Amino acid sequence: MATYDLTAHHIIEPGGPIALSTEKLQVFYGRQQAIFDATLNFPANQITALIGASGSGKSTYLRSLNRMNDKVARVTGKIMYQETNINDRTINVYAVRRHLGMVFQRPNPFAKSIYDNLTFALKATGIKSRTILDDRVEQSLKEAALWEEVKEDLHKSALALSGGQQQRLCIARALATQPEILLLDEPASALDPISTAKIEVTLKRLVERYTIIIVTHNMQQAARLSSYTAFLHLGHLIEFDKTPTIFQNPEMTATQDYITGNFG
Amino acid sequence: MTSIKQELRHASKATREDVFGKVITYCCVAVIAVLVISILYFIASRGIATFTVNHVSLWSFISQTSWNPGLLDAHGQPQIGALAMMVTSFTVTILAAIIATPFALAVALYMTEIAPNRGARILQPVIELLVGIPSVVYGFIGLTVVVPYIRHLFGGTGMGILAGTLVLFVMILPTVTTLSVDALNALPGYLRDASLALGATRWQTIHKVLLRAATPRLLTAVIFGMARAFGEALAVQMVIGNAVLMPHGLVTPTATLTSQLTTQIGNTVMGTLPNNALWSLALVLLVMSLIFNLLIRFIGKRGQLS
Repeated sequence: MATYDLTAHHIIEPGGPIALSTEKLQVFYGRQQAIFDATLNFPANQITALIGASGSGKSTYLRSLNRMNDKVARVTGKIMYQETNINDRTINVYAVRRHLGMVFQRPNPFAKSIYDNLTFALKATGIKSRTILDDRVEQSLKEAALWEEVKEDLHKSALALSGGQQQRLCIARALATQPEILLLDEPASALDPISTAKIEVTLKRLVERYTIIIVTHNMQQAARLSSYTAFLHLGHLIEFDKTPTIFQNPEMTATQDYITGNFG
Repeated sequence: MTSIKQELRHASKATREDVFGKVITYCCVAVIAVLVISILYFIASRGIATFTVNHVSLWSFISQTSWNPGLLDAHGQPQIGALAMMVTSFTVTILAAIIATPFALAVALYMTEIAPNRGARILQPVIELLVGIPSVVYGFIGLTVVVPYIRHLFGGTGMGILAGTLVLFVMILPTVTTLSVDALNALPGYLRDASLALGATRWQTIHKVLLRAATPRLLTAVIFGMARAFGEALAVQMVIGNAVLMPHGLVTPTATLTSQLTTQIGNTVMGTLPNNALWSLALVLLVMSLIFNLLIRFIGKRGQLS
């Protein structure tokens, strides 16, 4: 693999309001450092793609944003959300995770009914009203474009759904807590092309109401979907720019090599 | 070309080894199958003899409480009622399981969810140690520590179901714990992630997601523990009191199927009614362990389906 100057980077300031930002975020697994000084502003109501080779730290970075790396790794630096540093001991991490919803690589529905999957987080926060629960279920399923397919089967097991439907259920489940930001960790990598296309259409619609940050190792997907792209290499944030710029005229050699496939 | 044709038509060293391996495997399986069938046949034929040869009625065996195989009663009938022993066996088994399950679950959750590294490192050897202690030592501790304490608290001899339950509780704890740890470790990690990412607390995750998903295998763990408790003889025999009487409470001396077998088998003559009656008790134990096994399989199957 070619060696690049990891300290050099080209990171732009996105236009418009900022939904989330990290300042000098560092992540350590034991002694090993996985993320170095990541400073980045995520634009609100936009899709930002995080790309990079395996081991570049893109998933680690994403999981740090909603504190899923607590107990797994040590995260230092600031994560600013709503003018609050949410990477702080005193922060209610359960509330953080309801504002920053997350969808994982493999569809991971609970072995419960569709309805119970969607109301799980709401019940955990103490919402008992049947009407509120019913409303949220319908609303989030509609947002995830799954309502028409499952509205008759809400009380059937979520495991009976196809892989693509399960993943859209997981998106709906994350939306049920009415988050502001949606973090997706390679949400389509376990799905076939048709299901992937459906997920992408869904995300494009969701971005009107949510800020979306998506990790993907599918560069076409990043190009199709996102308006901003960040490229990570060996734990360093190398480049962040508008997606067309990244894919047509990147500033850094490492980015250029990665997107053209000349990468080791 | 002819050499290839020959090679295709003839057995090689590898194929002969294959046959040899197969023969050895089948032989071993056959020996074990014969062994199991013989044991089943032997116990069943002896156990049934009480009813077929000695003409004791099956109903009086399972419904009467007076047990005195060597003597005839006023009607000239032998007194073979095993109800007291069955009741005691079931009671100590169920009580031990009820007490052991929460402790085992707590330890298992600590080892898998709460402190997977530290907890497992400290508790694993402790649990293995508990498994390794011989049952006679458990019985001895029960006899010298538990029984006097119960005597002090409740009066009487101190022997009985309570003492038996407490000894069995400690004995089945490692079994239930180990199997519960396996059940929780077998859960896919993505369930935990999914729940935590939705803002559920660790306790909500354990309680609403993990325990729910592991229920079939946790039940299996408890039933394994019950099977062990039901079949345990020596330790129970040392603290149960060994009086074949219907228990009138948790602290009156009584006897289990197993304790009666261990204390009496040496005092009877093969082929006589007292001896056959003991074989009938053994048959009850065998049938019960069969039922426990079927239950485990049934629950395991249902767990797979859901």
